[in-house]
Amino acid sequence: MKQLLSGNEAMALGAYHAGVVAAAAYPGTPSTEILENLARFDGIYVEWSTNEKVALEVAMGAAYGGVRALASMKHVGLNVAADPFFAASTTGIMGGLVVISCDDPGEHSSQGEQDNRHLAKFAKVPMLEPTDSQEAYDLMDWAFKISEEFDTPVLFRSTTRISHCKTVVDVTRGRKADLKPPAFIRSPAKYVMVPSNARPRRNAMEDRIVKLRTYVESFPMNEMILQDRKLGIVTSGVAYQHAREVFKNASFLKLVTTYPLPVNLIRQFATKVERIVVVEELDPYLEEELRCLGIPVIGKEFIPIIGEFTPEIVEQGAIKVGLLPAPSKPSHKLATPAPQLPMRRPQLCAGCPHVGTEYVLRKLCFKDSKVPGPIKEDEIIVTSDIGCYTLGVYPPLGALDTCACMGASIGQAIGLEKAKVPNKVVAVLGDSTFMHSGITGLVDAVYNQANITVIILDNGTTAMTGHQGHPGTGVSAKGEKATMVKLEKLVEGLGVKDVHELNAFDLKAIESTLKHCLNTKEPSVIISRAPCPLSVRATATPYKVNADDCTSCNNCLDLGCPAISISDDKAVIDASTCQGCSICAQVCPQEAIVKAG
Amino acid sequence: MKDVDVLMVGVGGQGVILASDAMSEIGMNSGYDVKKTDSLGMAQRGGSVVSHVRWGKHVFSPMVKRGEADFLIGFEQLEAARWAQYLKPGGVVIVADVVVIPISIIGSKVTYPSWKDIEGILNQYTDKIYLIPAPRIAQEVGNPRAINMVILGFLSEFLELEQGAWTENIRRKLPAKFLESSLRAFSRGVEEAKAMRLAKGVVK
Repeated sequence: MKQLLSGNEAMALGAYHAGVVAAAAYPGTPSTEILENLARFDGIYVEWSTNEKVALEVAMGAAYGGVRALASMKHVGLNVAADPFFAASTTGIMGGLVVISCDDPGEHSSQGEQDNRHLAKFAKVPMLEPTDSQEAYDLMDWAFKISEEFDTPVLFRSTTRISHCKTVVDVTRGRKADLKPPAFIRSPAKYVMVPSNARPRRNAMEDRIVKLRTYVESFPMNEMILQDRKLGIVTSGVAYQHAREVFKNASFLKLVTTYPLPVNLIRQFATKVERIVVVEELDPYLEEELRCLGIPVIGKEFIPIIGEFTPEIVEQGAIKVGLLPAPSKPSHKLATPAPQLPMRRPQLCAGCPHVGTEYVLRKLCFKDSKVPGPIKEDEIIVTSDIGCYTLGVYPPLGALDTCACMGASIGQAIGLEKAKVPNKVVAVLGDSTFMHSGITGLVDAVYNQANITVIILDNGTTAMTGHQGHPGTGVSAKGEKATMVKLEKLVEGLGVKDVHELNAFDLKAIESTLKHCLNTKEPSVIISRAPCPLSVRATATPYKVNADDCTSCNNCLDLGCPAISISDDKAVIDASTCQGCSICAQVCPQEAIVKAG
Repeated sequence: MKDVDVLMVGVGGQGVILASDAMSEIGMNSGYDVKKTDSLGMAQRGGSVVSHVRWGKHVFSPMVKRGEADFLIGFEQLEAARWAQYLKPGGVVIVADVVVIPISIIGSKVTYPSWKDIEGILNQYTDKIYLIPAPRIAQEVGNPRAINMVILGFLSEFLELEQGAWTENIRRKLPAKFLESSLRAFSRGVEEAKAMRLAKGVVK
């Protein structure tokens, strides 16, 4: 049956049909929908794990128990999960174990760009890469087979444009019927990695790669397409699709087994074409491997190492080095260059509970100093991590100093304080990222007596990736009731004595509590709490501006609320957008903003 | 069957993705190979949204090349202007009469371009420009959110497929509560296209 599926939907369906029994993930763009789709199937266990490391450990445990298991994550998630990823490579598995990494070339929604193909080679784990949803579906079956046949985890690598692109899939299978029952076989030499056991496993890993090198030579989904022999293109992933679009007549070697590589197949291809070009997104991964084989190639000389490909990027690069003829005429005769059009920056939503806290942070911590520039002594450093609230770095809020990786705000704050930077330090993070990797940082702050203030912006969900559950929500990945981990009890249990819970829409309380915490000599935690307006629909009455009382001071514009705009110099509130959160009324010095109706 | 490349652009929350999903499924069910991909920045709401939809005998890249879109569908005026360069010379632009002011210019000196400015930008690529009163039509059928259905109806009039291929997909996609009004919005879009094309002297 033909279905139009995104790469993520196809990977989930492929895994379900391959008989996956357990799946775990931490949400992260562009990987989130894999687990969301798996959660819709009966007969498998799925969980949102506290972080990617735990997700992979859960999948690893299930695979040790003899069943097929999967962990999915975004590229940077595999950094968090690198420890169990390498460990699983060392021990091997019993049931098949597939680790999906969705890379994000162009950083559509990421703090950095990285090419996780290197991690397959680094961890000595076989890697598969689909070029569309059909292959994502078909390849998933192979991934589990390879995992079991070679006693290894398999890295299944996708990118944004594979994960979030819908293509036609011929769904040919149903769920695998002959699933092995879960059973753990005691084998300390395999599973207990003391040095005396780890050394023989190293040999097993190398033997495995040697066998895999032979295996991939005849892998049926690597494909040689021989057309015009003057130009041969070696490629993988979505870059294959762009290259087919642009080089209409060239010959192609499409690789889906990208670690280890089918070396003989590549050599064979090289003898059939006059010239070899590599078209690949991000790093020159295939290109370097081909050079090592002594095959003369060009790749990154004509095609960017940075960012996501489009067909034009591939085409323009090819024209630049003469691989394609220059177009005889430009496609458009532009009378005048396009004028500069106003941009749409990502923004916090109307009714977002982060706005009030970030408004107070701006006011107390940044005052009126120039950014970027040296900080004044009476100002306060605000470290942050990753969530919707990171959008508070943009004007008009402009309330954050750092964002590196999840949970990092607490450790960074400790470091700044211990380095004796003269400023006080506030660390901001979300409820989900606190669970992800903020807890260990906070324990560190308690243990090492760091005089910092931590603000947990608790909107009761993992909002930015589309409202997934986490331990603080009390809702499981299947949407069922789960045990709720209470933030304040957790924080107190970690040893923090100065703990405050606040309504995130109460600006006075946020300001006075923050001032109090900044003046104590111990680690303190403020939980600033209100639900995300996109997950819990607001029922509050919207606000309006009494134009007669508005003095055009524009204070309300400092919130960056999408419901507020200016008309005839006066603030106006769009009643259909306003969620009735009241923050604008609290910042209006004229009390011109009142409840409508 | 003729290959069709479409770029659908708008602002988060406008139903661009639902419309491009529908268009993709309709293409597939009518025998095309189809690829579609969306770009949505980080924002849940209010950011630019772009969907590439490609119908063809065999589609490789999921992305429409700049200068090759047969149709540019703007769910919002400024976004239509922003993506104008994707149009092929003489391609068709369908723009809903919707303005969403970017928050970055509120209270600043930058102004939102007038329709005349936007039309001027689009005019450099094509003279087939249709500004359609989609919000008014959606209001009139009693479903203000059905702007995307008006647009799909309007677009369907330019493509080869039977009307039924579109409405059948809409029937499967939408909850019962909105179905009746959405179908009305779709057929009002069809009528609007017929009337506007007649006025322009275009014969189907």
